[in-house]
Amino acid sequence: MGSTNFIGASVKRKEDYRFLIGAGQYTDDVVPERTSYAVFVRSPHGHAKLRKVDTAKAAKAPGVIAVYTGDDIAKAGVNGLPCGWLITDVNGQPMKEPPYPVLAQGKVRYVGDRVAVVIAETYPQAKDAAELIEVDYEVLPAVTDAAAARNKGAPVIHDIAPDNTCYVWALGDKAKVDEAFKAAAHVTRLEFVNNRLIPNAIEPRAAVGAYSRGDESYTLHVTSQNPHVERLLMTAFVLGLPEHKVRVVAPDVGGGFGSKIYLYGEDVVVTWASRQVNRPVKWTAERMESFTSDAHGRDHVTTAELALDKNGKFLAMRVHTTANLGAYLSTFSSCIPTILYATLLAGQYATPQIYCEVTAVFTNTAPVDAYRGAGRPEAAYVVERLVETAARELKVDPAELRRRNFIRSFPYQTPVALLYDTGNFDATLDAALELGDVAGYAKRKAESAARGKLRGIGYSCYIEACGIAPSNIAGALGARAGLYEAGEVRVHPTGKVTVFTGSHSHGQGHETTFAQVVASRLGIAVEDVDIVHGDTSKIPFGMGTYGSRSLAVGGTAIVKALDKVVAKGKKIAAHLMEAAEADVEFTDGVFKVGGTDKQVPFAQVALTAYVPHNYPLDKLEPGLNENAFYDPTNFTFPAGAYVCEVEVDPDTGKTMIERFVAVDDFGKVINPMIVAGQVHGGLTQGIGQALLEGCRYDAETGQLVTGTMMDYCLPRAGDVPSYQLDTRETPCTHNPLGVKGCGEAGAIGAPPALMNAITDAIGVRDLPMPATAETVWRALAAKQAA
Amino acid sequence: MPVKVSMTVNGKPVAAEVEERTLLVTFIREALRLTGTHVGCDTAQCGACTVHMNGNAVKACNILALQAEGANILTIEGVAATDGTLHPMQEAFREHHALQCGFCTPGMVLSAIDLVKRHPNPTEAVVRAELDGNFCRCTGYHNIVKAILAAAPKVAAMR
Ligand code: FES
Ligand code: FES
Repeated sequence: MGSTNFIGASVKRKEDYRFLIGAGQYTDDVVPERTSYAVFVRSPHGHAKLRKVDTAKAAKAPGVIAVYTGDDIAKAGVNGLPCGWLITDVNGQPMKEPPYPVLAQGKVRYVGDRVAVVIAETYPQAKDAAELIEVDYEVLPAVTDAAAARNKGAPVIHDIAPDNTCYVWALGDKAKVDEAFKAAAHVTRLEFVNNRLIPNAIEPRAAVGAYSRGDESYTLHVTSQNPHVERLLMTAFVLGLPEHKVRVVAPDVGGGFGSKIYLYGEDVVVTWASRQVNRPVKWTAERMESFTSDAHGRDHVTTAELALDKNGKFLAMRVHTTANLGAYLSTFSSCIPTILYATLLAGQYATPQIYCEVTAVFTNTAPVDAYRGAGRPEAAYVVERLVETAARELKVDPAELRRRNFIRSFPYQTPVALLYDTGNFDATLDAALELGDVAGYAKRKAESAARGKLRGIGYSCYIEACGIAPSNIAGALGARAGLYEAGEVRVHPTGKVTVFTGSHSHGQGHETTFAQVVASRLGIAVEDVDIVHGDTSKIPFGMGTYGSRSLAVGGTAIVKALDKVVAKGKKIAAHLMEAAEADVEFTDGVFKVGGTDKQVPFAQVALTAYVPHNYPLDKLEPGLNENAFYDPTNFTFPAGAYVCEVEVDPDTGKTMIERFVAVDDFGKVINPMIVAGQVHGGLTQGIGQALLEGCRYDAETGQLVTGTMMDYCLPRAGDVPSYQLDTRETPCTHNPLGVKGCGEAGAIGAPPALMNAITDAIGVRDLPMPATAETVWRALAAKQAA
Repeated sequence: MPVKVSMTVNGKPVAAEVEERTLLVTFIREALRLTGTHVGCDTAQCGACTVHMNGNAVKACNILALQAEGANILTIEGVAATDGTLHPMQEAFREHHALQCGFCTPGMVLSAIDLVKRHPNPTEAVVRAELDGNFCRCTGYHNIVKAILAAAPKVAAMR
């Protein structure tokens, strides 16, 4: 296309300047006139009856405007928070859906559960007054561990689920799988825990609700990844407000990783209370509140088995997982350990039969929901740990065993519901082996050994399903919402363009990537395109950003709107050039009549659309402003191969990551710089899971032991290496951009690669994550003792 | 009891009445409405609140406004030239895609400038070790390290 093709160019980000000069506008930066401040009183117990909540002293404290408890909320008719996905269990029964009140009613069920809210003139006053609320708790025994929650005699968390079980769900043909296992030449079996994680976006959650008495409208500024979803859930299900009277703005958002998808009780309370006190009400989480009350991720206990024939061909896989949902059902919690997990168990392999059974339980812990990868990291961990372990048991090169089982013909229908449209798994694996200089590994290992160090290598070949989702399929699987995306392209009279998208950027750089797509299609400069997101009063109804869906689904909606702009532009140009519409071509920002020198630039067509003096008004409306909704026809399937090389110090158990190679196939790449940044971030979170991070609750009291940044080990710069990245492109076949999504890959592929490397280095079959120095040292000591 | 504090922030003298317990970061964000300095934690771990006080990087969440009485404070709003031209460290962050959501960025930039002051010619290992007071959850640090290494000679040459 020439000078205006920005596809594949590492255009510097449009959003960076404002962030670099401190001009970003995050929710906590929003302080409307007359703002009052909310502080929540939270349960210090994992499980307790609320005997009495005495607010009298707090209500009289200096500066206090109002105090509300669960009783006040109930009296006002505020409903509980809804769950957006209905799972149907193995017996055809709906999952157990206990109420999820915004302020606790009668009982608290995890440390951090909201009990009351104090609203005061200043934040310190609200905080001081919150200390004066006297709550009489009758402490109950707590259960925090997923497996323990199902034991007989375990504390019952919700009356409607006496066995603490939300559902038992299964996918696949159990009888055929069992049969295949009987015929197997070899079975590899592993039992492991996929450790619970706390997302920790560096910007804490925040919400500012403001009611306007004059027109009976509300504005909520909130740290959200999907403002329209937040508004719909809050107005239609919880507060019963007219949707058009509520504006939800998710301004600059400081990272999400899933944790800002959900409708949280704090958002509801500040919105509701702003009308009661007739003032804006603002709440910003302290980091301790983020730890206790943001939705957590992962937390699976799994038994996984792989059956192989004598040639190392996979025959079947059998997986039993107990998933911890926490105390309540967060917005998308129920679909994470089911729909987004079991369907990925084929991985990159032609395993003919797969059966997965998932038992989802309630515990006295924070709600668990999607966290970067959401189900897919858990699936990749199962598959890639099993495959690598099987290779070791069979004494086959792990890369070779993978090759023997790769899917090579597409489209490919897996036994777990997904239809892979395309992929080239050999290409990414070959590239990763080369980039990682696997050929030179033996030499490096010997060199490490000479220094008394243990070197190990590990692979992972992950696949994920992104671009959620065809609404009809999602609906059939229990989704209570559509999962399309919307975009509007507003061409201004001068030919500059503003695009309104339902996707939301909280670090992903949509303002740049989307502008590259638009600029390339219209043949204009990237600077001439602005992307607007995050404000329900401006953007069309869209579903927001999660699951690496923005470019594949949101980008496609924009492309569809652009197609309409170009189609209309052709009509206008045809009129201006006195040519037949069918003869008009549009390339590089110019409408031309093929075979002639007749041409009009895009900007002239735009101007003509708005100043329609010479214009086919009898046939065509003025203006150049188009919108489109796009509902995908399939998921997209990013995939890749990661190679990790570690060196373990046997004296201390400390692991150093010596090399980390990631070769990903994201389909078409629009901005390689931004894509690489997404991979770096994902890898670091994946390495965090495998090496450093692990949420711990005290099993008896339900206290969160890892409740600060001093106790929960987030990766620091010194904990991770510089990465070696590359990409291979097999374009997605069912969206016009050919893109698949890249936001979660690193977090999915990294943990198994790293754990495969460490177990290789120290010569053990399995290790729990996080593989801290202590864990590794103990494993080595146990091995020596044996 | 409200007390008066005064200091110089980004070259301008400022003064305000604050409660004694007011943190420097609260003073900067709320009294001065300079919201580029962020708060990411309550245990002095994340570094999002980093500013310079009398030329040295400090975590503004970890000192009282009163302790900064008479001090010279530089926040992210004062780092670029007055005409808006980015400081070489800011420019390097942009060039190397060292920011995503931007929330850690002001603190990172101020820490990075301080780092280069102390280590004009740092190695990757030094940069990684010195960044241990600043969390970034988005970038995986890869590009932050690259940006700091690239900017170091230019920043060192500025003095
Ligand atoms: S806010 Fe100061 S270190 Fe986190
Ligand atoms: S860019 Fe988001 S935390 Fe660093």
